[in-house]
Amino acid sequence: MYVYDEFDRTFVKERVNDFRGQVKRRLAGELTEDEFKPLRLMNGVYLQLHAYMLRIAIPYGTLSSKQLRMLGHVARKYDKGYGHFTTRQNIQFNWIKLEELPDAMADLASVGMHGLQTSGNCIRNITTDHFAAVAPDEIEDPRVWGEIIRQWSTLHPEFTFLPRKFKIAISAAKADRAAIRVHDIGLRLYENEAGEHGFEVMVGGGLGRTPFLGKTIREFLPKRDLLSYLEAVLRVYNQFGRRDNIYKARIKILVHEIGAEAFSKEVEAEWAQIKSGPLALDTITVADIVSRFQYPAYEALKDETEALESAKRDKQFETWYENSVAPHNQPGYAVVTVSLKPEGAPPGDATAEQMEKIAGLADRFSFGEIRVSHVQNLVLPHVAQRDLPELWRSLDALGVATPNVNLISDIISCPGLDYCSLANARSIPIAQGLTRRFRDLEKQRDLGPIHINIDGCINSCGHHHIGNIGILGVEKNGEEVYQIKLGGRSDSKAQLGELLGPAVPAGEIIDVVENIIDVYVELRKNPHERFVNVVHRVGLEPFKERIYAAH
Amino acid sequence: MPLIKDGRIVEDRFVRLDEEGPLPDVVPVLVPAERFLGNQAEYLAAKVPLGVLWPNNKRVSELEPYLGRLALIALHFPAFKDGRAYSQARILRERYKYKGELRATGDILQDQFLFLLRAGFNSFEVKKDADAAAFAEAAHRYSIFYQPTGDGRTTALRERLRRFHANKTSASVPDKEHAS
Ligand code: SF4
Repeated sequence: MYVYDEFDRTFVKERVNDFRGQVKRRLAGELTEDEFKPLRLMNGVYLQLHAYMLRIAIPYGTLSSKQLRMLGHVARKYDKGYGHFTTRQNIQFNWIKLEELPDAMADLASVGMHGLQTSGNCIRNITTDHFAAVAPDEIEDPRVWGEIIRQWSTLHPEFTFLPRKFKIAISAAKADRAAIRVHDIGLRLYENEAGEHGFEVMVGGGLGRTPFLGKTIREFLPKRDLLSYLEAVLRVYNQFGRRDNIYKARIKILVHEIGAEAFSKEVEAEWAQIKSGPLALDTITVADIVSRFQYPAYEALKDETEALESAKRDKQFETWYENSVAPHNQPGYAVVTVSLKPEGAPPGDATAEQMEKIAGLADRFSFGEIRVSHVQNLVLPHVAQRDLPELWRSLDALGVATPNVNLISDIISCPGLDYCSLANARSIPIAQGLTRRFRDLEKQRDLGPIHINIDGCINSCGHHHIGNIGILGVEKNGEEVYQIKLGGRSDSKAQLGELLGPAVPAGEIIDVVENIIDVYVELRKNPHERFVNVVHRVGLEPFKERIYAAH
Repeated sequence: MPLIKDGRIVEDRFVRLDEEGPLPDVVPVLVPAERFLGNQAEYLAAKVPLGVLWPNNKRVSELEPYLGRLALIALHFPAFKDGRAYSQARILRERYKYKGELRATGDILQDQFLFLLRAGFNSFEVKKDADAAAFAEAAHRYSIFYQPTGDGRTTALRERLRRFHANKTSASVPDKEHAS
């Protein structure tokens, strides 16, 4: 975990004061709503359907128990008692009053949290692997680089008014758990043939109305050059990205229009000018950042195979263990995913009580650390295997031990028309309906990993383009109807889904998904052939036939 | 519209020329880019201090040959959220070492002052009187900066190292951002 020092604390305090002044000017009428808008957006404050919404940054998805407890406090004191974890590893509060926003922010600032860079046309909160620093398939902790980028991008004077928002994701593992190919910049930290660590830089990925996978513009970027290279990319984008049309303003359009090669050339020319300047990262600077990451003082443990075997005689524990517990890079430890997807609930929501109690469990069992995943679940990253049965009982009592991680009911959904002012259709009720339809856990396990992603409009906050089954709500003649895409994936074989056919009415979408699953079960060669692989093997035809003949 | 230069509200000495019309021969002039680029020789030969109003969609590298002769470059912000001129300013200051007045014009509010200062601007045409009056306070709202620009403010990274070394030894600390 990264520990803020007095510099960071001073900065966050100054930020709250700045915002307090802006709210005062707004309430006194010195600022029009138009003028206030970009300012509040710079602090994560959106105007939604019912109220202002506050989005809090959780840099690279890491939280301390103190911070999670504070989020619970904010949910209870300023909101209606819950918060919503997003696909950007952030949390949103939907019911905060403008007058109380500065106080809520001051409370958050007391634990080093803020809403900076969670909105507006700036470099957004950096996201990464929620298993960072504990995954056995990782070469080094990507959060160190996330932190370096976070600091560099914080109120960057040149890049705070970009053509559009800008998202950077980093992965340092073999498996891509951060969907780096669908970000404005994706960074893959790996070891080259000479044994050096550096980044593959991909640019121009993104979803929304024109989805693209990122294109590699540099195969290997030495670590010392990370910031100067990013500055070059951003400088090219800031000057030449389109500003005449909001739908064409993301960097993916610039890269697409001028071509990855021409874009890369511009970047290299700019980079050549600044690469040996003050942004070059020397080893002392990096060491200083690393020194403020606190890693758990792990006990020297052995893997608890026997104790676990006997605990697994409890079938419910076994089911949870097989589903929600992942291997850790330390012997005797495990990584636990806490499912925020119980049957019938809005994906990613947590109550104040759940947040506070999970914070308590993190203190007892996970060195006080929690992660937020882009799949809208929480993770306890450092649990001793011997504590698993007890932890499971506590999580179960809190309603956050549904063993559905990566299964069909582990749905990603945007807030949709229930909250979002941009929405065309509801998404949460579709997610809720699907979790009810597929409530049978044994059936879910039999189906294997299936990722469903739901969006209430083409902005694609819920990443429907890369869902194995992607559902997009659109409006047609005043009715909510849903388009379906099949075959998307966000892992290291990232791919965009393909449109199945005409949209289906809200009343039929649950049945249609069930039909799709039936076709899969009939066509799979064996129970281990995954849904997404079957789609790629047989194509969309068999699915189309079934759906559009029947409906 | 109040003009702030080097931290103080001042009179604007420059007469802003339109696309057409005669060139005054005694007062400093601010010439639109299009007009300047058609007739550089004439303007460069004029005896008065010369400024150019540069749009935010033209590369500033085109100005490089004339920088020594220019007393003022005015960069334009057609809207608060259009940030192209921040890059132009940094390139002029940090790459071409432009030393003259660098002015921000257009949609300028107090909330941009610090960004503008950090990018190298030293004068500002401000939309509202109240914002101009708040300049000194707005320019000091933050004391912590996370990234090096040409403005010379030390960054948090550098400060941390300085403190670290000061605590440990009396050894000298590199005062540039890059130690290697
Ligand atoms: S995808 Fe659309 S409806 Fe859903 S949260 Fe994003 S903007 Fe709102």
